[in-house]
Amino acid sequence: MELVNLFIRSIFIENMIFAFFLGMCSYLAVSKTVKTAMGLGIAVTFTLLVTVPVNFLVDTKLLQPGALAWLDPSLAGYDLSFLSFIIFIAVVAAIVQLLEMIIERFSPSLYNALGIFLPLIAVNCSILGAALFVQERAYKTLSEATVFAVGSGVGWALAIVALAAIRERLKYSHIPAPLRGLGITFIITGLMGMAFMSFMGIKI
Amino acid sequence: MSQATKTEPKEALFSKKNVKILKDPLNESNPVTVQVLGICSSLAITVKLEPAIVMGVSVLVVTAFSNLITSMLRNLIPNRIRIIVQLVIVAALVIVVDQILKAYVYDVSKQLSVFVGLIITNCILMGRIEAFALANTPWKAFLDGIGNGAGYAAVLIVVAFIRELLGAGQLYGYQIIPESWYLDNGGWYSNNGLMLLPPMALIVLAVLIWVQRAKFRQLIEN
Repeated sequence: MELVNLFIRSIFIENMIFAFFLGMCSYLAVSKTVKTAMGLGIAVTFTLLVTVPVNFLVDTKLLQPGALAWLDPSLAGYDLSFLSFIIFIAVVAAIVQLLEMIIERFSPSLYNALGIFLPLIAVNCSILGAALFVQERAYKTLSEATVFAVGSGVGWALAIVALAAIRERLKYSHIPAPLRGLGITFIITGLMGMAFMSFMGIKI
Repeated sequence: MSQATKTEPKEALFSKKNVKILKDPLNESNPVTVQVLGICSSLAITVKLEPAIVMGVSVLVVTAFSNLITSMLRNLIPNRIRIIVQLVIVAALVIVVDQILKAYVYDVSKQLSVFVGLIITNCILMGRIEAFALANTPWKAFLDGIGNGAGYAAVLIVVAFIRELLGAGQLYGYQIIPESWYLDNGGWYSNNGLMLLPPMALIVLAVLIWVQRAKFRQLIEN
């Protein structure tokens, strides 16, 4: 039950885009058509599903104060947490590269669908952000971290697909010239964020 | 190559071209409102002026030095692995900044939470390194880093100024709107709580973009 809670909360209430603005760059750049937005959304969710649990394990088994004790009791005094940024981003970059190769080898059709987005994802803030949130909020178990990762990914995908659908319609409307493009996209995202805020009151 | 540098007259440190590199990002090619870089982390920390200033300065330092270091190494970095090398340079700098923040302004660094770490994936860094530092001399790249960092900081500070003033009636934590104006004290004023919530950051930024583009009409998109 706890996990279902966490899942729903990370999709709607603590949505990556509307509550934390993570992954905004690709969110704005790749939301012109629903099809590509969907592709990127799935790719992000998938990457989160793989990287966050790995980073969680790295954090709890290697980096946290005293985490090295499982190797040898004499190592319990070490605190490597200052290294977490560089290790996390290295893990993310390596896994993204690896995923690209594995997908290319085993599922060319999926590779064709996701391929162009995968390199973009290494520098998507939501991936590193999720790893850092897991560390900061001190999720205790691997399943909690995984559920949080999938929930965040689904929330991110939902947001980008919704925005792409709105932007497709936007072509037919009259917008004041200086607002065209970036400006109106921000306003739409803001309004969507307000709509999403209505989930905040929900107690689950 | 060395022949070319010999014949080229030595450029002054602050020649017109270099000043342009430094000043352009503040306005016409602002990283946030025009190049659409670094929106990710810029909005979540603009509720108050203090974290916004700290974040702006941190990003300025990281952009300036990552540009400088990458530019110095640009002839040594193999093209295929350049992304990883850049990420490592940036991550190392961010760790330094994070440790300094934790040591000297602990409260603010707690407020910024994960967003200090997210400077690593801030698109400004990769964007400027890829677009500028890899093709220019260290001094130019350094100036470009400072310019873009300052442009980013300027946007953060303006957005945070508006949000803190209207949302909490304060600036930098000090009360600006007189207490006697508030409804509780028999006045007529009340804070706009909506300003403190995430969506308003986007809308304030959209208005900024609107104002900027109305002034510089060449920026308007079709």
